[in-house]
Amino acid sequence: MSRHRNVRTMNYDEDYEGYEDVYGHSVEDDYPSSPSGKPSHLCYLNVCTCNGISFLLVSVSQFIFDRSGSRAPQMSQFFDPENDIAEEPEEDGEMPRNRDVEKARQRLDSLTIDSAVDDAVAELVPEEEILLKSCLDEIRDVVGDSFLDKVVISHILHAKFNREKALDNLLSGVTVDPTNLSHVPKKMKTQRETPIVRPQPIKPKDPVVKVEAGPVKASSSGVTSISSKPVESLKVVPASSGKSVTVGFDIPKERSVTPSPVPDTLQPQQTNLKCPSPVPVKQETPKPSKKKDFKPDLALSEYTKERGSSKDLLNLLVIGHVDAGKSTLMGHVLFQLGQVPKKAMHKFEQESKKLGKQSFMYAWVLDETGEERSRGITMDIAQSRFETTNKSIVLLDAPGHKDFIPNMITGASQADVAVLVVDSTKGEFETGFESGGQTREHALLVRSLGVTQLVVAVNKLDTVGWSKDRFDEIKARLTTFLVRSAGFREAELIFVPCSGLQGENLTKTSTETDLTSWYKGPTLLTAIDELKPPERPVGRPLRISINDVFKGPGGQCIGGRVETGMVQPGDKVLVQPVGEVVTVKSITLDDGVGTTAFAGDPAIIALQGVSDANILFTGCLLSDPNYPCRVSSKFQARVVTFDAMTVPLVKGFTGVMHLGSLQEQVSVRKLISQLHKGTGEVVKNKPRCLMKNSNALIQLECSRPVCIEEFKDVKELGRFTLRYAGVTIAAGVITKVM
Amino acid sequence: MKLVGRNLDKDGNGYITLVPEESEDMWHAYNLISEGNYVRSSTIRKVQTESATGSSTSNRVRTMLTIKVESVDFDTQACVLRLKGRNVQENQYVKMGAYHTLDLEVNRKFTVSKVWDSVDLDRVESCCDPAQRADVAAVVMQEGLAHVCLVLSSMTLVRAKIDQSIPRKRHGNIGNYEKGLQKFFENVMQAVIRHVNFEIVKCVLIASPGFVKEQFFDYTFQQATKTDNKLLLDNKGKFLLVHASSGFKHSLREVLTSPAVMAKLADTKAAGEVKALETFYAMLQSEPEKAFYGLKQVEKANESQAVEVLMISDALFRGCDVATRKRYVTLIETVKESGGEVKIFSSLHVSGEQLSQLTGIAAILRFPMPELEDEVDEEDSDDSDEEEEEKEPERDDQT
Repeated sequence: MSRHRNVRTMNYDEDYEGYEDVYGHSVEDDYPSSPSGKPSHLCYLNVCTCNGISFLLVSVSQFIFDRSGSRAPQMSQFFDPENDIAEEPEEDGEMPRNRDVEKARQRLDSLTIDSAVDDAVAELVPEEEILLKSCLDEIRDVVGDSFLDKVVISHILHAKFNREKALDNLLSGVTVDPTNLSHVPKKMKTQRETPIVRPQPIKPKDPVVKVEAGPVKASSSGVTSISSKPVESLKVVPASSGKSVTVGFDIPKERSVTPSPVPDTLQPQQTNLKCPSPVPVKQETPKPSKKKDFKPDLALSEYTKERGSSKDLLNLLVIGHVDAGKSTLMGHVLFQLGQVPKKAMHKFEQESKKLGKQSFMYAWVLDETGEERSRGITMDIAQSRFETTNKSIVLLDAPGHKDFIPNMITGASQADVAVLVVDSTKGEFETGFESGGQTREHALLVRSLGVTQLVVAVNKLDTVGWSKDRFDEIKARLTTFLVRSAGFREAELIFVPCSGLQGENLTKTSTETDLTSWYKGPTLLTAIDELKPPERPVGRPLRISINDVFKGPGGQCIGGRVETGMVQPGDKVLVQPVGEVVTVKSITLDDGVGTTAFAGDPAIIALQGVSDANILFTGCLLSDPNYPCRVSSKFQARVVTFDAMTVPLVKGFTGVMHLGSLQEQVSVRKLISQLHKGTGEVVKNKPRCLMKNSNALIQLECSRPVCIEEFKDVKELGRFTLRYAGVTIAAGVITKVM
Repeated sequence: MKLVGRNLDKDGNGYITLVPEESEDMWHAYNLISEGNYVRSSTIRKVQTESATGSSTSNRVRTMLTIKVESVDFDTQACVLRLKGRNVQENQYVKMGAYHTLDLEVNRKFTVSKVWDSVDLDRVESCCDPAQRADVAAVVMQEGLAHVCLVLSSMTLVRAKIDQSIPRKRHGNIGNYEKGLQKFFENVMQAVIRHVNFEIVKCVLIASPGFVKEQFFDYTFQQATKTDNKLLLDNKGKFLLVHASSGFKHSLREVLTSPAVMAKLADTKAAGEVKALETFYAMLQSEPEKAFYGLKQVEKANESQAVEVLMISDALFRGCDVATRKRYVTLIETVKESGGEVKIFSSLHVSGEQLSQLTGIAAILRFPMPELEDEVDEEDSDDSDEEEEEKEPERDDQT
């Protein structure tokens, strides 16, 4: 019996659409079963079917699930997108009214309509039920699931199983009084002059603008014309009632005589409407071509609204050779800005003294693990935050040691601008600057990862008596290198003399007369403040690269950077390359301002519905389920090989690819052509090997599929570096994903 | 491997009887036996007998069978070799022409009869040389990723891959990171205990960038002392810490070239191969006219007796037709005649894997031959045509 009931309560037509595409699904995969995961249901009930505008309720719930993005293609997507914008304001005005004024009535009404429809359905004889089902199927083919079952059923009953008529009524906004449903239709009432079937979202925050204007057009163009198009493109279950679909699991025979498919909690027996059934999430096969339909407008307007007034966010990476004083410099900056309590600083001072490393006291602000402190080096990126007059800065302190360059690359992929710290002590600068030193490698890396503005902090200048000559010497040598080899623009380089340990010229103009006698330029902080934030690709489909996975107080959490688009709690996101849809539970931004994360923000996101923690790992991606990222193991790239390369690049060469936070073993499958460094013309086809400092088109293959994008689409995910034996040998951009 | 019998005529036609002694010998056997060879070995077969009354009983009997090999399967991880073919010598249980699959077993002799060429004979000789045995376990690791490998003289087996995400250190929450790291070390340590047989293994290399290796080493012996793990404590001296740039498998190459390891493994094939390949790369970098890869170019170079070191992957000899094989064998023989050195790389080593991707054949020349450079295009186009063909079905899948 219980099995029987399950079958009766199932919402077939919606199930099948997903099952058509994906074989062997378990129901749990597709149905978020906990109503608590869907705060939207509340609203779904509230707006529910106030008499005559029952479609409104559908639209609201529709909208909310649209945000989640995992719904099947909607009919609206096939219509002209232009109309929707025109319609928008009208909707916005209307929605609140409905919610406020009629809230109390709605609850009552929702009960009436549901039970009325249920009663009507229950009265049907088996043959009629079959008929009803077939009509329902066909109408669903046309309208997708933009209407609630009840509404459709009531229309069908109203039109006495004439599906053309029912559809016509449905789409033209004619409403049926549900209490009068029976075999004999009582009346038809036109409620609105503008028939709107799927109004705009109430929440103006929605970045994904679905095209909502469909019904208007549909009603005018007539039923027959619309019925053909969506059926083809949606590829849903054919409408014939006799067809039994048994994809995934067997459907018992009884189903053909069961009452019309209505959501389970809205069964006649159940009048308790507290927990409505979640609208099934349909698995949609991603079609990259749909990218063209992506509407950035709302996301952009939202961005300007939320962030327009606040300070610009800048991700700042601190790089430089090991022991150049990166952590100390930035630790001292944080201390001077009052980010570190005096008490904590005192503690660091005492403890570092105990270890005989008093000079590391400021570095301890950023180096927190025991390992890092006892060894006196930074091993992993440390993240911190501070404010300047015009900017809000996310500070990323990179490790300088050669072995931790992978960590540094992870940081560099998040950075917008960089501070290159060089040690001005005699001999130390030279070591760092030689071919094996990290000054060079780091500078090349950040440049190849898209950083164009660089502040060079000439550190420890106190050790050479604030010598102008030394400063100028370093400046000259670095400028030559940075401009010629690394490709920075001279105008975008700022050189600042300073001392991290003494705290000179960091946040306040120095009092050292030796320095002030010749240096009139900005302090480190003002130099940072003058940097320009890059343009944030907010208006693109969501991409979040994950660089940390951990269990936090809120459950499964990830730390990552929003590369493009925006994300809000409640959003559905696709975990790639695994391909699982999960829900964003909460978002924590570092500064705690707002809950919406936009492109460029580093964020901590708690996720809900993660079936297995192993699907999340450093280097994977969260993306918009409707516009997923490409997942592939093979791609073509244009690379530039560096000076530090010890072995030539040949076919079969295996190294480590760093793409954002991802590290993956790749091998060279093919050397396609060698290009001219300046002009990009093909110098030689199929070269035998690639030497230092050459430019070439090659084909690479990873050991497992990874999320990659072509550079022209998403810059952040189309850039990579290639390392071998601890040396960065090449940097490249992805030109073609295969 | 032990050689117990050998009967060859002057053309190399005849049989050789061998007794495999360890799993690695299966790899040698896999390289020796190819389709069309006759293999005789003891095996178990299920035999059905019908009694006078018509009831049938089946029982398993151990019997000697000779089959003509039709297919050879080798599982690299389990080191199991299966030979499928038809029976060519009838006995009381098995009819002529009946199919049988031989599973070669350790310590049971098998006889292979075929035409033996010099490459085969060299392999038989080398695999029967007990001095060449050096078992090394290696753990290449970085934070969150570790490979536990066994480096045998002619193969590298990845015994365990530990891939675990370790939370990053973040402001005020170090605990997560340290807990994650401990858990990761624990997993790696368990893998080492499970997969490394300290009775055989001469040394255990722990390779990583940064301080991960030290941290892991400290952790392991702290744990060993805590749990009183005799196995680890007794073998502490066998652990050797080496630098590697990453935890990926290909870093093993760096490990094997490091001087500390080279001293310990001087005569293993693995280290020798890695070194030869490094020389090749270095030569390609410094004097590209003296280093070539691809069969055609190497053959050209060989015609002028220019080949000093020939590197060839054993994967080339497997499953190819007689004519192709003969071409390789002639190449090897002529190089040897002209005083060159021939290194046959095991395709199961990291270096061999790399060479296989590099067309499987490479040579360092005695003198530069710039004229060879021009012929690159022609050969590569052959390759790419093949690849194009491979790619087509993939494209269909995508659409």
